[in-house]
Amino acid sequence: MHSDIKSRKKAKPTKKKSVLPKKEKSSDDFSLLIVGTGGQGQITLLNVLAEACLVENFDFRSSELHGLSQRGGSVKVHIRFGKKVNSPLVPKAGADLIISLEMQEALTSFIFSGPETRFLINKKLIPIFSGKSLTEKEVLNVLEKSGNEVYLVPAEEICLEELGNSLVAGIYLISFASFNNLIPLKPESILKAIKKVVPKKFLELNVKAFNLSSKKS
Amino acid sequence: MFENILENKKGKKVVLLGNEAIVRGALEAGVNFVSTYPGTPSSEIGNIFYKMYSSGKFKGYFEFSTNEKVAMEAGIGASFSGLKTLVAMKNFGLNVALDALLPFVYTGSKGPTVIIVADDPSCHSSAQSEENSRFLASLAHIPILEPSDPQECKEFVKLGFALSKQFEIPVIVRTTTRVAHQRSLVELNSLSSNKFKGSFQKNPDKFITLPPRVLEMKKELFLKIEKIKSFAEKSDINKSFKGKSGLGIITSGISYLYAKESLARMDLDLGLLKLGFFNPLPVEKIEKFIKSLPGKQKKILILEELEPYLEKEVFILAKKMDCQIEVVGKKKDFEIGELSPDKVDEIIADFAGYKGGKEKKDLSYLTKDLKSSKRAPRLCPGCPYWLVVSAVKKAVDIKKVVFGGEIGCYMLFGSASIKMQDYLFCMGSSVGIGHGIKKAIAGSNDKKLISFVGDSSFFHAGIPPLINAVINKSNPLIIILQNDTTAMTGHQPHPGAFNVQGRIKIEDVVRGCGVKNLKVIDPVNQKEFIETIKKFLKNSEVSVIIVKKQCIQI
Ligand SMILES: Cc1ncc(C[n+]2csc(CCOP(=O)(O)OP(=O)(O)O)c2C)c(N)n1
Ligand code: SF4
Repeated sequence: MHSDIKSRKKAKPTKKKSVLPKKEKSSDDFSLLIVGTGGQGQITLLNVLAEACLVENFDFRSSELHGLSQRGGSVKVHIRFGKKVNSPLVPKAGADLIISLEMQEALTSFIFSGPETRFLINKKLIPIFSGKSLTEKEVLNVLEKSGNEVYLVPAEEICLEELGNSLVAGIYLISFASFNNLIPLKPESILKAIKKVVPKKFLELNVKAFNLSSKKS
Repeated sequence: MFENILENKKGKKVVLLGNEAIVRGALEAGVNFVSTYPGTPSSEIGNIFYKMYSSGKFKGYFEFSTNEKVAMEAGIGASFSGLKTLVAMKNFGLNVALDALLPFVYTGSKGPTVIIVADDPSCHSSAQSEENSRFLASLAHIPILEPSDPQECKEFVKLGFALSKQFEIPVIVRTTTRVAHQRSLVELNSLSSNKFKGSFQKNPDKFITLPPRVLEMKKELFLKIEKIKSFAEKSDINKSFKGKSGLGIITSGISYLYAKESLARMDLDLGLLKLGFFNPLPVEKIEKFIKSLPGKQKKILILEELEPYLEKEVFILAKKMDCQIEVVGKKKDFEIGELSPDKVDEIIADFAGYKGGKEKKDLSYLTKDLKSSKRAPRLCPGCPYWLVVSAVKKAVDIKKVVFGGEIGCYMLFGSASIKMQDYLFCMGSSVGIGHGIKKAIAGSNDKKLISFVGDSSFFHAGIPPLINAVINKSNPLIIILQNDTTAMTGHQPHPGAFNVQGRIKIEDVVRGCGVKNLKVIDPVNQKEFIETIKKFLKNSEVSVIIVKKQCIQI
């Protein structure tokens, strides 16, 4: 396993394994989960993706949780988009892509992952203060056992090195997903959305993170 | 920041959070007066109005009230003065506000009034209980609408105002976490003016609930509900979809979205009735739906979260119609916790005898043997409460002291690493229950008790129990955590908050309640803090320490 990006297999727009045979993909939608810990800026990413879906004329539904989990607990944001979306929650084993802003959190989303779920993971460990944490190796072992396609990207490190700011790692990751066809949203749409959603003060930095992800892939 | 919510282009589609759509609906309806007390999952409604109001973008009146009862009463006053009024709260807030709400349904509203109540199945952001506010239908006889998504949040709020105007009755729009915190596309209509000029006209016959008038009012209320029922029968927020068999599903709220998805996923063509009106139920419409199912053998599944309210109503109705009609609900286990796409798949597959699905193979089996812990929430690094924990732990043997806890960031005092919590109930209760315990164990002198109460919680519900402890002479040590904000729910102001003009000093209130042993402490001064705890725990009267240090997140 490379420390940088494990798999560079070029991904095609997703095709999910059928879990219920007949009309499994009833509404032609893409199911995405953004997982991480409280305070990692999930809501901004959600807003960017929602705007990008508007640009592409997609239907969009998401579900988030507020409250106590914001104080450093596990946070999962469900996002579904496509021609027509019925419900905001990703069903069991139903995620097409899981973007994990922290390595251990990727494993907490396994209930939503099937054999064809892809993982895009920020190479970062935030210790679990309330108990035992996993090491990087332990996390990678499990991911390897799954046999799923995994992209492990040191997004914070890259952003810190190149832009002097690691807070834009999330924007870097969703842009990375778009440039690498991990998500059926065009980079232009993501860029447009960033320009609409991000406050002026931080716009330049976020656009740089977007551009940076195109170079790395 | 409110670009989407304030966009004034009719027909434009934007993505809104359910709570944002509620705000938008109220703005489109021309709301004049908004009062609320925060609570997840309803908090964003107040947060948005607060920001719009303080920046001059909302021309109506807004307030964070001291608690939900007070918010309700403020709203009632505004409604009686002719204003279009919105009151918002979470389910527990409704309990606090109930005393004012019940007579308000009797008198009815003057200015149209909508009350938002947000439930939290699965207790994602709630301690206390998994409360289902639908019980109000039978207790208060108040109309209740249940949206499924943000578009409906907006429309139902507007419909609520229209109903309230037509029938002079307050209307509840009930959301749940997955509706309030769902984002999806919303088509906008035009905004209306929110400016106002209320006037109160004396009308004792309407506003005074003394008997015998109060019983006449109840009769009038029942008549109103009958009329609203006729309205509901015709309303297109109750939608039915035809199926091909004798099987039909009746559902509402978020469950409707799951049902639609499950049916599509399994390619099942069942009849589906979605109820936007939870109260009063459009009984004839339900009857018609059942009758319209093809064939003689008719079987109805009721898909609803938590306790089976709809199920009972439809069961009775079906029995009246024809004893052959079978009405089924979900299994008892599913009355606990929210429904999910997977539970709904299971319920519908069982109901329809669907065998097509293979077991969905998820990856969780790979993590079964991992020895990692759940990432529990914790106090922010640098939170002033850490200083409280360290001082208390140095001052006493925590095993020998009873600790009263409450909801707020400081509920984390109950976490495994801190262990300073022996009971946790509702707001204000650490003091009230602490008093009861102290009275009960009077005599066993070595048992000390410390109650923690946050500053927002103190103003909300902590003052009457403090007075009670003083006047009925018990001796808990009450530690009031003054972090200058309502932190847990997103840092809203409260009467003593740093950003409130003319803020009220907690020490003045405490003194006014007759407390003699009082100390205001900056917890950075650990030595003074520890000594005060030790000293106050020896007192035979109520003692209060006000710990003053701001939340680092403001
Ligand atoms: C009746 C009721 N309304 C609202 C809530 C939601 N709620 C939980 S804690 C809290 C406020 C906590 O503020 P504070 O007491 O200042 O403590 P902090 O979070 O700042 O530590 C609120 C509003 C509730 N649990 N019950
Ligand atoms: S939000 Fe404020 S009060 Fe709550 S844990 Fe963080 S610092 Fe403490």
